[in-house]
This record gives sequence, structure tokens and C-alpha cells, in this order.
Amino acid sequence: MYKILRKEVFSPIIKLMDIEAPKVAKSCRSGQFIILRIDDQGERIPLTIADYDRERGTITIVFQEVGKTTEQLGAMEAGDYIKDFVGPLGEPTHIENYGNVIVVGGGVGIAPVHPIARDLKEAGNNVIGIIGSRNGDLLFWEDKMRKACSELHVTTDDGSYVRKGFVTDVMKEIVEARGKENIALVIAIGPQPMMRACCNVTKEYGLKTIVSLNALMVDGTGMCGCCRVSVGGETKFVCVDGPDFDGHQVDWAELSKRGAYFREEEQRSKEKHTCKCGCGGGK
Amino acid sequence: MADAPKAKKQIIPDKNPMPAQDALERSRNFSEVATGYTRETAMAEASRCIQCKNTPCRQGCPVEVDIPAFLKLASEDDFAGAIAKIKEKNALPAVCGRVCPQESQCEKYCTLGKKHDPVGIGRVERFCADWELSTGVKVPEVAAPTGFSVAVVGSGPAGLTCAADLAKLGHKVTIFEALHVAGGVLMYGIPEFRLPKAVVQAEVENLKKLGVIIDVNSVVGKFATVDQLMEEGGFDAVFIGTGAGLPYFMKIPGENLCGVYSANEFLTRTNLMKAYLFPQCDTPIKIGKRVAVLGGGNVAMDAARTALRLGAEESWIVYRRSDKELPARREEVEHAHEEGVKFALLTSPTKIMGDDNGVVKEMECLKYELGEPDASGRRSPVAIKGSEFIMDVDTVVVAIGQGPNPLVPRTTKGLEINRKGNIVASVETGATSKAGVYAGGDVVTGAATVILAMGAGKVGARSIHEYLQSK
Repeated sequence: MYKILRKEVFSPIIKLMDIEAPKVAKSCRSGQFIILRIDDQGERIPLTIADYDRERGTITIVFQEVGKTTEQLGAMEAGDYIKDFVGPLGEPTHIENYGNVIVVGGGVGIAPVHPIARDLKEAGNNVIGIIGSRNGDLLFWEDKMRKACSELHVTTDDGSYVRKGFVTDVMKEIVEARGKENIALVIAIGPQPMMRACCNVTKEYGLKTIVSLNALMVDGTGMCGCCRVSVGGETKFVCVDGPDFDGHQVDWAELSKRGAYFREEEQRSKEKHTCKCGCGGGK
Repeated sequence: MADAPKAKKQIIPDKNPMPAQDALERSRNFSEVATGYTRETAMAEASRCIQCKNTPCRQGCPVEVDIPAFLKLASEDDFAGAIAKIKEKNALPAVCGRVCPQESQCEKYCTLGKKHDPVGIGRVERFCADWELSTGVKVPEVAAPTGFSVAVVGSGPAGLTCAADLAKLGHKVTIFEALHVAGGVLMYGIPEFRLPKAVVQAEVENLKKLGVIIDVNSVVGKFATVDQLMEEGGFDAVFIGTGAGLPYFMKIPGENLCGVYSANEFLTRTNLMKAYLFPQCDTPIKIGKRVAVLGGGNVAMDAARTALRLGAEESWIVYRRSDKELPARREEVEHAHEEGVKFALLTSPTKIMGDDNGVVKEMECLKYELGEPDASGRRSPVAIKGSEFIMDVDTVVVAIGQGPNPLVPRTTKGLEINRKGNIVASVETGATSKAGVYAGGDVVTGAATVILAMGAGKVGARSIHEYLQSK
């Protein structure tokens, strides 16, 4: 059992938790993920590590409530226990001194991009951070990102905070202003359409772009292939070969279709969970 | 008293039949197919053993169970004695009694079997184990602590057996398991209807009573490497029993369409995550009306039979050789036939086609014929030109085999692996190229059977014990 030590509510649908998991905290690196299972009836879901504290033995996760499991998790409080919490899984993000790096975090993707930005800066990079969300209420960790990056740009889709525009708009402006030859690498993490849009922009400039893929997973250790994706025409398992890949090589259409395969079931499960008929929230 | 003249034991030629659920009824539920002997039948079957002197049955048992001795005790209604005798050698009798291919192991060598049915050794073993599980388990004796610690990587049949034997010898054993429950393939692979998960967990609980610590959610190679376990974790030796959990795919177009599962994914969702209870359990599984399972081994049979139970209208085995070459146990093939699984033999897919949503719609196949026997005596399948045809399917399960999961081999310095990625280890001792590191089971042999993995676990434990004593 893994204790929830702290909970922070960023918005009604975005929440943070510090989980007591010393073994994971001891060995994890930026870019890796964990898999958790809330209880005996639960499913296994992957979440990218947003932060860690090796001394306290904690892992920070930030998640958006999108279905049954994340809603159930969001309703839990500090002091509650999660049944299973395994990691670190996947390969860490490759960190070296590239020079000028653009790091983009969209929506809940701000969380996993944060430790990567921090590591890149520590490795001597000039980290140009861009974070964005649908509206200002959904934005979080502006302060943490400001510290992790050399400079930070903030945008909202609806213009309700700082400025109006997508992260891709900001990225274009930056690349145009400084010249594509002055950008060594782009790292983009967020919802699939956002990462795909970032890749479309950077492809035009010929800027290498790393994305962190979120595929459906079961075990997360390479034994089932549920998370497989075509990268450069080859089948890769996101859980062991990734989650980081060259965004220009990813078959986004395939990834998106595979991600939608269980949509009906996900809806059924969510409805059963939130049902107010006295069935006990699906349990 | 003078010795009474020994009466020659009367031979009972026929094995007592195993009661089972009706085929059509069972093909739609996940309850166990074979329902097990009664006490009376178990005693009757055990008494069929003629207690022959040379006990050939024992040579067929990879974990060396004293078969005639336990059968004698069972025949005398001493099931406590019988199970104690079995557990001297076998830590998982309820599992072995159910999934061992006895026809090619112990029962193959049974003297009675030369002219009649062999004794139903597995069936009696299963009864004895179930009897103990239902009446309360006696904890076997454990030797005084030796002060040595051993890490066992993987909690499948090899790791569990190795851990049990080492614990009995007084060593402190910690099993590291990547998934959230122990059991390996016994939990995620072999279906509930062949091996109830409650039975597996009951046997795992018994191991804990020997003092074995089971650390689930622990992926060796990720949270720590084998080297770290030995250098920083304080372990004096390591046994690697990580199995063959890496699924192979056909590498044909369309294999990444929705509705194409590896057998591992299909069975893990169903067995380990209990997707057949969705939405009571959260993990979904989606299955169409017509399912094609590619392959002809036990895993393929398990997947095809599972598909029917999940509600498929048609479940096909698609295999490129003929019925005679099917690598699955005969009994599994027969069970599949009885339950209504259909067989497309001498057939292999060339591509899978999908609809606009990227979901499987149909599969193009070629017909095959068997060519001349090659050097190894095996007739290889040859595609018949122009024999393309379309199979109307909406779910495909790929069950063409598995390789070793590379996580541990890749992250362990100085560990020799072969061309296929298997760990190189001595058959006699389980010793690897690295001092203090032993390995056994599927990660060494490639995908094989539960009982062979258990045998390798036993060998590993014996060698580790010797190694530690010489330290």
C-alpha cells in the first residue's frame, strides 16, 4: 500500500499528489513514468513522474480527471492509500548540453515537462519554456516552471490569462525571432493533438522534436504490446522503448485511433462510477 | 508371526474419469472445466498404483516427487500424509496437478500404462492439494537461519519453487515481482477455467508461511539492477526466473490496427485484470463477433477458448501446419474442439485490413501445404500460390510465441545471453556467467512448461545452497 502524503487541487479537474514510494523515488529520472492501481478491482494506469524527493521518498503525480480511475483518484485525500504503485518505468529523457532548447508543456503536460526542464537547465542549456492551457484556471506551476527554465512564456487558448494563443503560436514567434539555427532541440509534452501540432510546426523548420507519448498500457514492462506505436515505420513499445520518441517519426493517426479503441467501455465505466442510483459509485 | 504370502495386486485397467463441466455450458463461463475427484475416487485411483519396485514414474517428474509413496498414503485415506510427502519436493501441487502435461511426464513412465491406463497421478495430486487447501495448511519445517540472503527475480513457477526450497534450507529469501501479484504466467497467462487464481494465491500464501518475502511492484532492471541488489541490497546470491514474457508479432501489414492483441495482452486483461468482470472490475476488453487466434500452441488454445467465454460467436485457430503438428497438448486441442473452437489449418495470414476507425475488419490469408521433411524430419509448410482468400474477422489474437523479456539481461553486467536473448545457464546447476547469479525457467530455455520451470527452480536452489555454503 502506498500512502498519499499530500494533495493539492489546481482546478476541479487537475490535481497533484505526493505519494510515498521510496523505491521509485530513489532511482527515478526525468521522463520516466509510474503505473498505479487504486484497489483490487482497479485498472492499471500510467502517469508520468512530475517531481520526486529522494530524501522524503516521495513521487509527485499530477493528473487530469478524464474517466473513472482518475475521478476516483481525484476524490481521494491525503492519508488515503493506493493499492499498487510501480516504477520507475520507461527510459529517462536524454539530457545533455544541447544549447538553446525549447520546452513546451500543454495542459496537464506541464507537470511531466517540469523535471526535464530543470535537468536541462542544470546541464547548462538555455531553456526556453512555453506553457499553455485552455484557460487561466487550468494553468498551474507557473512559478516552478519559471525556476526550472531560463525564461518562461505563458499563453491560454481563450486569452483569459497573460495572452491569447496556442503554444504553437508562441513557439513560432520564438523560432522566427531567434532563428531556427539557434534552436538545438524542442521537447513537447501534452495532449496528443498539441504534440502533433508542435511537430507540424517544427518539421517546417527542420527542428528535432522529442515528444512523450501517452498510449494505452496494461503492464508497462514490455510484456503485452498494448502500447505499441509505429515510429519511423517500425513497431515500438511506448512503455519500454519510450515514452520519448522523435515526434517527426511517430504515426500520430495510428496512435490516436488505438487510444480511442476502448472509448465506449471507458464511458460505461465512468457512468457506472458516477451513477447516483445507490449502486455505491460502481463498486 | 510368519510372513503371509503376498497376494498379487489386482490390476484395475481403467483410469477413474475426471468429472468436468458440460462442454457447451462451460464454453460460456470462466469456472474451472475439470471439477476434480471426490475423496472416494481419489482413494480408488491411488490404489490402482501397483507400487512397483523400480518406480519409473519418478524419472518423469522434474521436481522428483516420491509418487508411489504419496499414492500409497492417499489410497489409505491418509491425505495429510500424502500431501506432506508431495510437498517435500513440490511447493505448488495444486498448480501441478492441474497444468502439468502428465502424459509426457510422470504418467508416461507408469508401469501400468504399458498395457492399461497409467495411474492418474496428477488427478490424485490435485485432490490431495485441494484437500489440504480446504482443511488448513500445515507449514513444513524450516531449517535454522543461515544468515544468507537470496534475491529471486520473478515470481513465476521457477522463482516460487526456488524460493520455497531456499527458505526450507534456512536462507532469507526475497522475491521481486514486477506485477502487482505473484504467480507470473500462473496469474496472467493460464486462464481461470484451467487454473483458478484463488488456487494459485493460496499456494503463494503457503510460501509466505515459510518466511519468503514477496515484494510486488518491483521491476528489477528499473528500481534496481541485479548488480545493485548484490552490491547495495545485501543479497549473497540471485536467482533470475523472469520467464518469456516478450510477445512476438507476425510483422505483417495491419498488425497495429485496433482489435489486434498479443495473446499476452488478451490473456493479461482477462486473467490478471479480470476484464471478464467489467465493469465490476475497471479493466476493459473488447471482442468482436469473429475472432482469429494465430498460432497452434497451448497459449493459442487458451486464447481461443477465452474468446468464446468473452462472448465471441466464432473463435478460429489459424495455423500454418496441419492438425498433427499442432504444438498444443492434445487434451487442450480436444477441449477446444468440444467447446466449439474452429480450426483453419494449413492457413496463415498475409495482412490484416481495417475500417475507417482503424478497427480490424478482415484478414487476408494464404493456404499452405506440407513440403518434404527437412533435415530435422519436420515437414515445413509451403504457401500455395494464388490461394489468397479473405477471412471475415473483427478481432485477431497473435499467439505465435514469446521471447525473454530483455529488461534484466540488458541491465546486468557480465551476464552472457545467447542469440535469442535467453540467459546462458548450465542445465545441471543453473549457474550463469556471473558469480553468485543463477537462472532457470523460460528465460533460459525459451517458452516451455510450468513443471520444467519448477524443475529449474529446484536445481537453482540446490546450487545456490552449495554456493553459499562454500562462501
